[in-house]
Amino acid sequence: MSATAEAVPDPLRPLRREWQRLTPRQRIGRWAVWLLVVAALVWAVRSIDIIPEFLADAPEQMADLLVRMWPPDLAHYYPSVHAALVETLHIATLGTILSFLLAVPVALLAARNVCRVPALNGLAQLVLVSSRSVNSLVWALIFVAVFGPGAAAGTFAIAFRSVGFVGKLLAEAIEETSPGPPEALRAAGAPWGSVMLKGIWPQVQPAFWGVALFRWDINVRESAVLGLVGAGGIGVVLDDAINFFHWDRVATVLLAILAVVVIAEILVTRIRARLI
Amino acid sequence: MTAASATAARRAFAPNWAGRAGLAALAAYAVYAAAQLDITWARLMVGFGEAGRFLARMVPPNFARWELLVEGLLESLQIAILASALGILLSLPLGLMAARNLSPWFVSAPTRAFIALCRSLHYVIVAILFVKAIGFGALAGVAALTIASMGFIAKLFAEAIEEISMKPVEAVRAAGAPGASVLLYAVLPQVALRFLGFCLYQLDSNLRNSTLVGIVGAGGIGGTLFAAFKRFDYDFVAAILIAIIAMIFLAELVSGRIRAALQ
Repeated sequence: MSATAEAVPDPLRPLRREWQRLTPRQRIGRWAVWLLVVAALVWAVRSIDIIPEFLADAPEQMADLLVRMWPPDLAHYYPSVHAALVETLHIATLGTILSFLLAVPVALLAARNVCRVPALNGLAQLVLVSSRSVNSLVWALIFVAVFGPGAAAGTFAIAFRSVGFVGKLLAEAIEETSPGPPEALRAAGAPWGSVMLKGIWPQVQPAFWGVALFRWDINVRESAVLGLVGAGGIGVVLDDAINFFHWDRVATVLLAILAVVVIAEILVTRIRARLI
Repeated sequence: MTAASATAARRAFAPNWAGRAGLAALAAYAVYAAAQLDITWARLMVGFGEAGRFLARMVPPNFARWELLVEGLLESLQIAILASALGILLSLPLGLMAARNLSPWFVSAPTRAFIALCRSLHYVIVAILFVKAIGFGALAGVAALTIASMGFIAKLFAEAIEEISMKPVEAVRAAGAPGASVLLYAVLPQVALRFLGFCLYQLDSNLRNSTLVGIVGAGGIGGTLFAAFKRFDYDFVAAILIAIIAMIFLAELVSGRIRAALQ
């Protein structure tokens, strides 16, 4: 009886086998990644320079700070904070315009379907990458050293930081255009400028406005902190208020920044929904 | 047919008067804003002269104080790792609470407001507040970047959860599973990969930002950079900038590899 049962192949055999989702190699790889993460965390926690006393009374100090900030000194808003806020908006907007003036030629050089010289493509890419990898505050430090403290340094910092971002996205948009319209224009004998204006521009226009709005929104946020290194805008007022321990004024400035950032984001979302 | 209409018909592209007017308005605004910000041609010319001198003083980069440089870079790295870990841990529950398809509105609405608040203040401003509240040093940097990470990861995580298919959730619930199992077996498998992607991206951007929070005294290489700027040690500034760019470039290379391996 038992002998015949063993002779018949067991239909449930595949189900009794233990199935595993990953191959042994994948499992070892996952363990290695986890080990690496834990090792990095342990290293960071053990060697970072944290003063335990500071950590211990942090909640108390935070509460104290918030109490000092309340109520915000709203009377301080006009005229000094208001003027600085307007200056911040000017820096962000003018910086964005300037960055587009600089970025459009670089983007044309970086787009492989417009500029056919590989060496120039590479050079343009290098310009874009180096612009992006230096932070806007570091650009601000550099331009404060160049132009002296003030809004000019902030405007140029915003512009130079944005060139990399804007140029990269524009170059990608240009490379994605259909070659048909420019070819037709060229066949009809149109000069280079007309090919660009009537063949390429209409195709990249939506991407262009999208990038412009997106970058302006980012620049409004970033220009609010440039003043900390002396590059103009509301950051200067914030820095002064902090240095004089006028925490109620700090709260006013923070509220103003918060309001402008939120309004800018809503505005950008609205315009984008209408444009695209 | 008059001559005028004949020439009009021959023009392939009608002039875009609205566009031209907009462009003129933009140019007028640029001139006005430049005047308001006191940016004049003379000042620019002086500035470009100064830029030449500045660049001349930056070369050759001075790596003589490399110990200070390495110390600062390592501290930045530690800040980035800790802030990312804390931010990721905190944004898991926050993201789940903010997702409107899993949480009731009285949980999701306040959580979303909190996340928006985390995102809307620039991390350097947050770092200043933490420096004043809990003192100079890396701890303030970690706290500031944790807030920034929470704002970013939790928002994207909540959006990813809102896009999941509800069928597995319903099936697991119908089988009588408790809430934790629903999350573990129906929700997380659908978003785990995207969550990892957000975490990697945030680790990258934390590394960038941790090189900067030192400017306001929150630890890392930024403090060294700012001090070198203030002492006009421009050759050391150049060395620090090169080191930062190299580190960021390396980190992007590594995370690009990991991202390719994940897919």
